[in-house]
Amino acid sequence: MGIFKNLKKIDVLFIGLMVFSVAFDVYFELKMPEYTSALASLVQMGSADMPLVLDNGLKMLGCALASTVSGMFTFVFVSFIANNFEKNLRSKVFRKVVAYSDDEINNFSVASLITRTTNDITQTNMLLSLGLQLFIKAPLMAGLAIIKISNADLKWTYTTLAIVVVIVLSVVTTALICIPRFNLIQKLTDKLNNVTRENISGVRVIRAFNAEEYQKNKFEKTNNDIYKNHVFTGRVTGLIMPIMTIGMNGLTLAIYWIGAIIINSYMGNDALINRANVIGNMTAFTSYALQVVMSFMLLSVTFLVLPRVIVSIKRINEVLNTDISLIDGRKESNNIKGKIEFKDVDFSYNGQEHDVLNDISFVALKGETIAIIGATGSGKTSLVNLIPRFYDVNKGKVLVDDIDVKDYKLEVLRDKISFAFQKAALFKGTVLDNITYGSQTKDTDRVNLALKIAQVDFIDDLNFEISQGATNLSGGQKQRLSIARALYKDSEIIIFDDTFSALDYKTDMLVRKGIKENYKDKTIIIIAQRIGTIKNADKILVLDEGRIVGMGKHEELLKTCPVYKEIALTQLKQEEL
Amino acid sequence: MPPMGRNMQIDPNAKMDFGALGKLIKFAKPFLLSIVLIVLCSLLATVPNIIGPRLISNLMDIITKGVKNIEGVDMTAFSKTCLFLLCLYAIGAFISYLSQWMMVNTTQGLGKNLRTSLNNKLNNLPLKYFDGTLIGDILSRFTNDIDTISQALSQTAATLLSSIVIFIGVIIMMFSINVTLSLVSIGCSLFGFIMMFTLSKKARKYFNSRQKNLGEINGHIEEIYTNHHVVKSFNGEDKAIEDFDKKNEELYRNSIRANLIMGISRPFMAFSANLAYAAIFIVGISFILSGKGNITYGTIISFTIYARLFSQPLNSFAQSMTSILQASAASKRIFEVLEEEELEDESDKQIIVTDCKGDVAFNEVHFGYKEDTEIIHGFTGNFKAGQKVAIVGPTGAGKTTIVNLLMRFYEINSGTITIDGVSIKDMKRENVRDLFDMILQDTWLFEGTIKENLIYNQENVSSQRLNEVCKAVGLRHFIKSLPQGYDTMLDASLSLSEGQKQQLTIARAMIKDSPLLILDEATSNVDTRTEMIIQKAMDELTKNRTSFVIAHRLSTIKNADIILVLNKGDIIETGNHEELLEKKGFYAQLYNSQFEVVA
Repeated sequence: MGIFKNLKKIDVLFIGLMVFSVAFDVYFELKMPEYTSALASLVQMGSADMPLVLDNGLKMLGCALASTVSGMFTFVFVSFIANNFEKNLRSKVFRKVVAYSDDEINNFSVASLITRTTNDITQTNMLLSLGLQLFIKAPLMAGLAIIKISNADLKWTYTTLAIVVVIVLSVVTTALICIPRFNLIQKLTDKLNNVTRENISGVRVIRAFNAEEYQKNKFEKTNNDIYKNHVFTGRVTGLIMPIMTIGMNGLTLAIYWIGAIIINSYMGNDALINRANVIGNMTAFTSYALQVVMSFMLLSVTFLVLPRVIVSIKRINEVLNTDISLIDGRKESNNIKGKIEFKDVDFSYNGQEHDVLNDISFVALKGETIAIIGATGSGKTSLVNLIPRFYDVNKGKVLVDDIDVKDYKLEVLRDKISFAFQKAALFKGTVLDNITYGSQTKDTDRVNLALKIAQVDFIDDLNFEISQGATNLSGGQKQRLSIARALYKDSEIIIFDDTFSALDYKTDMLVRKGIKENYKDKTIIIIAQRIGTIKNADKILVLDEGRIVGMGKHEELLKTCPVYKEIALTQLKQEEL
Repeated sequence: MPPMGRNMQIDPNAKMDFGALGKLIKFAKPFLLSIVLIVLCSLLATVPNIIGPRLISNLMDIITKGVKNIEGVDMTAFSKTCLFLLCLYAIGAFISYLSQWMMVNTTQGLGKNLRTSLNNKLNNLPLKYFDGTLIGDILSRFTNDIDTISQALSQTAATLLSSIVIFIGVIIMMFSINVTLSLVSIGCSLFGFIMMFTLSKKARKYFNSRQKNLGEINGHIEEIYTNHHVVKSFNGEDKAIEDFDKKNEELYRNSIRANLIMGISRPFMAFSANLAYAAIFIVGISFILSGKGNITYGTIISFTIYARLFSQPLNSFAQSMTSILQASAASKRIFEVLEEEELEDESDKQIIVTDCKGDVAFNEVHFGYKEDTEIIHGFTGNFKAGQKVAIVGPTGAGKTTIVNLLMRFYEINSGTITIDGVSIKDMKRENVRDLFDMILQDTWLFEGTIKENLIYNQENVSSQRLNEVCKAVGLRHFIKSLPQGYDTMLDASLSLSEGQKQQLTIARAMIKDSPLLILDEATSNVDTRTEMIIQKAMDELTKNRTSFVIAHRLSTIKNADIILVLNKGDIIETGNHEELLEKKGFYAQLYNSQFEVVA
């Protein structure tokens, strides 16, 4: 529950005020039955007159009004507390995650971080807005009501407590039986979703195999399980309402019955006054007893919701309590531009034993084009991810402009590098916003140039709105825009992580041609699958299982590097090599 | 606590769709008897509610009489009424549980039937439907919409009718006892209800804005987290935080507004209840004092109960209307799918091709995905048994269309496609599909064991055959290395490479062992070295089979017998690799651009 350290002073003040307003609310609400009780006794004794009735009645109304106003204040305070808390917590978590390095993000997984910042935080708001009130109101109400009824006859009190126990027990038992089933239903629903997703995404394969019946059986099995569990939980939870009705009505009847017995116990002279008082007490007691039962019921319901919220809170705390593993350096810059050097680099993800990169050493000089080729899983992307320091190396050094990347201020380092990613990711917003992303200025001439070089011929208007996830663009279009974004940034180093494979040969060629002509003095790193894309690079690194197994120009590698030759052979004919 | 995000957002201007509700009622026909019983039970269950307070009043009168009576309370009369009331409540509770029991069976049974119908429907829909619909949209109909209907029905069907009965019953009972007190109770309850109704209508505007803001901020969070590499490498953290703060602040403001209005309206409901309570006491006692209207203390107590009962139906009316509205919207979405046009019924088609040689011919085939735009304009081509036919062309040229037509995923507009001289239109679809092995770019595997995925729905596959096939595709070693071998579950915990997945789908096709073969970009997602391994498996597969190969990597198809070059839906060149290079046409240009030297 350390999460509540995030409550600010003002929130604590609000909570204090809220406790007061709830207390007033409860006090006035429980004051009312006293007047009814008084009225009831007066009527029975026959000593009531109109002014007395009006006096009591108006006091009762005053209490009702006071309790209503207090209730309003409570709502206002709660709303401020819960929403403030939600807002600040969300902001804190978001800032933390934005500052995370890849290691932390991978540890949690992006999907999990998203739920933690969205659903889990909304859950805490619910806990506060409903729970805060209930947790303060229900005990106060129950406590005060119990005090009020404790003066009355003990038989009444015991009966009430018995009913409370019965109702609370039945709510809790029902919940204990049903909660595991609810979780099961959730899992089954996920399963049903998966089968349906399978059926839709695999519709061609399923029909090609005439496997409709096979899939149908899978679906029906889950469908049936869901039905059975729903029916079970429905029947069990359905018991609560009838138990409640019998309990509450039975309680009223029991109080009356006991009342009748008490009345009969008063005989003799003072009988009338005593008996009339019993009527008054009985009326009041009925109200209090019902309040006690309701309070306990609400409390038991809240306690059942609590575990779910506690899980959410734990998950949020995990995010906030995770330290960022990359420590920002201090160095700003020097005169050298566009040089990259790897010195005996070993690297593995998150301290795993298996090295992804082994013994990597090479140098890229300003204006050079370095190509990296190798099978999937050979470590190409891991290698380039070390340059902007998305990860830290296990051994060796990565130097940019002769400074270890660990010593740089990250912002300065990343300013030096443009990156076009394998998976072209664009943001919701205009084309202009996307191309100039991260830049202070929006130079439309340079935007247009970048678009031209990246062969973006499908955009007429820079204000064209890209939807979230860029669903209104095709894969190739996204890729070209992402290339244009990297070009606009105009850093001394440009990295293309397999950006060209999604383009057809001709576009691929035109884009590379444009880059070659316009960005002569940039250091360019290209990861590619096609030999054609990288044939003319100044230096080609051939990666195999995390090691450099060949380095040089195309012609040299054909002679000296069997892995390279094998890749080339699968793509080109002997004579074309 | 209500489950968050599960309830559908209702458009405030949404109209009740009676047509969709009618369809739902028709669908619920098998449950008609239960529904009638449920309604009867829930009506019966209202009896204790309506006459209970009247009896309580009697009970109270027996007690108050006892105050003045020297003998005290008449316990025989008292216990008689009391026990009668207790029985009444017990029977009422029993009946209402009975109706709940039936209700669960009915609503969940209906939900189950709806899911089954939807699923069966999907099997009978043409491919066109799937290509034009988002998976998420269909999924939400399977889960959210059906849940909404089940919930709405269980909340509404019983309560709405019993609410009406209680409402009317309570009014009759109250007026039969005392007109003035009735007017006082009804007036107070109505006052609170109207106040709450107008306020919550105002609040709804802000709740909708809050929902919208929440969607926006969650979208932003998702975008930034998913693309964190882009954010980092472009130093976009500050901008991300700035955007976030703006959205967070707006969300906060609308939440506060909505909550404040709700904060005023809810206590009003409680106030009106208390107001009614106090008013009934004042007016009631003044009647007793003046001796008018035949009122006792018991009458006052019964009226306080009636006033509470009266305001309950008012609330549940409003709730019922919302949930019926939700159910009508949900059933509209479900019946949209259930009423989609189905595939043509083929039960009367008699021709069955079994021993297939593998001659395939296209004759004057015309086709378009939309009626007014034809994209295949009279394609003719004869392919002999055992030939390897390659289809190339830029993205969007219509390569996959050929597959769609061969497998009868789509029907051609005119012309014929024949296999061994028999038009595929004269065969049943299942028969056509039995003749093909098909391997696609997207490797489709399901959550199940490796064995289940390989055998799929084929019968009598020996483990020896399984071993043979896996050896042929180069998977034998990998599967052996898994602790559970063939029984290893394919799920998130087992990360297969794209190449391994493709090897599995090839093995699956080999087990099916059909005479014709389609490879649609089967190696596009794997790197060229992995491709070599798979290629061997595929060469194995193409042996003795007429095969259609689609690829954008030209190296894959150089050894094809015939290459069809497609551009914008037209077949613009045909021939083998050498012939096409000599033509120096589109194919030659496509092929050579991969070697072009960038100056």
